[in-house]
Amino acid sequence: MSRQVKFVQGNEACLEGALYAGLQFYAGYPITPSSEITEGLALRLPAVGGKFIQMEDEISSICAIIGASLTGHKVMTATSGPGFSLMQEGLGYAVMTEIPCVIVDVMRGGPSTGLPTHGGQGDVMQARWGVHGDHSIVALTASSHQDVFEMTVEAFNIAETYRTPVILLLDEAIGHMREKLEIPEPGELPLVERLRTSVRDGVNYHPYLPREDGRLPMSDFGGVHRYNVTGLYHDMWGFPTSDPKMVHGLIRHLHDKIENRVNVLARYKEYFLEDAERIMVSYGCSARSALHVVKDRRLRGEKLGLLELQTLWPFPAEIVRDRCVGKKSVIVVEMNMGQILHEVKKAVDQPDNVFLANRVDGEYITPPDIYKILRLIQGKGV
Amino acid sequence: MPIKDYIRERFFPHMWCPGCGHGTVLNSLLRAVEQLGMSKNEIVVVSGIGCSARISGYVDFHTLHTLHGRALAFATGVKLSKPELNVIVPMGDGDALAIGGNHFIHAARRNIAMTAIVMNNKIYGMTGGQFSPLTGVGGMATTAPYASIDRSFDVVELAKAAGATYVARSTAFHAQECTQMIHDAILHDGFSVVEIMTQCPTHYGRKNKKGGPAEMIKEFKDITTPIGSKAKQENPGLIERGVFVEKDLPEYCAEYDKIIERAQGGA
Repeated sequence: MSRQVKFVQGNEACLEGALYAGLQFYAGYPITPSSEITEGLALRLPAVGGKFIQMEDEISSICAIIGASLTGHKVMTATSGPGFSLMQEGLGYAVMTEIPCVIVDVMRGGPSTGLPTHGGQGDVMQARWGVHGDHSIVALTASSHQDVFEMTVEAFNIAETYRTPVILLLDEAIGHMREKLEIPEPGELPLVERLRTSVRDGVNYHPYLPREDGRLPMSDFGGVHRYNVTGLYHDMWGFPTSDPKMVHGLIRHLHDKIENRVNVLARYKEYFLEDAERIMVSYGCSARSALHVVKDRRLRGEKLGLLELQTLWPFPAEIVRDRCVGKKSVIVVEMNMGQILHEVKKAVDQPDNVFLANRVDGEYITPPDIYKILRLIQGKGV
Repeated sequence: MPIKDYIRERFFPHMWCPGCGHGTVLNSLLRAVEQLGMSKNEIVVVSGIGCSARISGYVDFHTLHTLHGRALAFATGVKLSKPELNVIVPMGDGDALAIGGNHFIHAARRNIAMTAIVMNNKIYGMTGGQFSPLTGVGGMATTAPYASIDRSFDVVELAKAAGATYVARSTAFHAQECTQMIHDAILHDGFSVVEIMTQCPTHYGRKNKKGGPAEMIKEFKDITTPIGSKAKQENPGLIERGVFVEKDLPEYCAEYDKIIERAQGGA
């Protein structure tokens, strides 16, 4: 098998993954550090017969992709913090209406305009709770370009399988760094295509009536089934309702379809966990430094391990708890004030043994930054 | 096809207040579609939020009831991804020109073939009578208890300046004229805007002492005149009705098809 090998930015790995997954429609608005995705797709998408549009802002970008998803296309948009804030409204709409779409947030330093060209991982909680109202969400991340490619494909597969928006949380360091990417051959990675209804013309189609397996087959706008889509609470035909039973049923459905599948949706990597006495939990660019520390300390006989999370939401609490049982300490490595730290503390049996190794000055967290924390935890002084 | 074949009859009677002008717009829209003889499957109605936006629930097309102000953005995705569909976007004045103002001017600038119907009743009705960007100086509203000092947009002038290639205006009094305009707007190969002045007796009418629905509809007859009429010369305060712009310019989806050809090595 001859894979095409490229030396690319992480943002390019993302767009390559999107094209591999069958992206057909992209709407975006320029913003650092995600613009390479938008620029790259302006060039590449029409070449494969897809459509690209630069919208007037991020609000309209996410709205446009939702519209295009309804006509039966695989869709994506990409942005960074300030744009991701603007997209929350549309994201909530996609959650409520169960329309598959992929939203890439290449994180930079925040809040506000923050640090446009510097890294950060401060949008983790915004991905979870940026949308108003109770809801569940899927958010993936990656620490290498190969993984960015694969997680992008995963994002599309999950979006189509569960009729949900999927957030891909990349970060500036990954987005702008260049490294090797091997593009898998067609067919090498499984692709999930849109599940369309088998209900015939003239027979009632219910866009929000789940099949026995829980999936909701779709019907393209422009097809034989005419139905309604609304951000209001709705019945199985898609028409507004405030009937308490239906409201309750829908919010449970939106919640359960994700939260009942935490382990199914969990993507993670394990390094040296078997005999580890201390374990690091990390993700995205931070996981690269964490892995470096683990390998380096292993050479000196220190039993360190790393659990790299690739699914951040729904948070894989059972897996984290299981891997952390009996460890002397758990060190969460991330570039924020401790957003995943609190999830790990909630998940484990001994939250007092969970420590944070972070960096929030816009600079990339380095192995020496992590060593310092390790020394403190180990009682070796500063 | 009888008009009731175009509606979702089970949702009637509609939720609009007695005397509201929006029903007249719905009527004109359906008659226009009927005259065009289009299949219901090739029509997508995209709406935002507000009284006007509820029109989408009543019509038996593909219907997308979206977010406040964002209807044109959703519609742009629908249209560009499947240009063979006819996309109609009914909006209220606040929906189209306050929260949705940016999307409105950019959809016009692109000249993407969609029909925007601005149902202008000069007020936010669903939220209880707050002033909109169309209320104008002196108008009374719950958020303008001392009369509004906000100047009004002119929908037609705004659409023209933004580049819409079909721009027309009528009123709920002139229902047949509305039907003709919507008919022509749907056929137009570019971004079309039809402003329809409609009455909101419940909020605008009551606050501004405009009388009941009948008086308000009659006022539309009295304060408007066909474009370039003699009456307009004599009384410049009259609001002109008619087709202000109708021109052929490259349409966005067709232009994008050329991009695809170029990207694929043709031309």
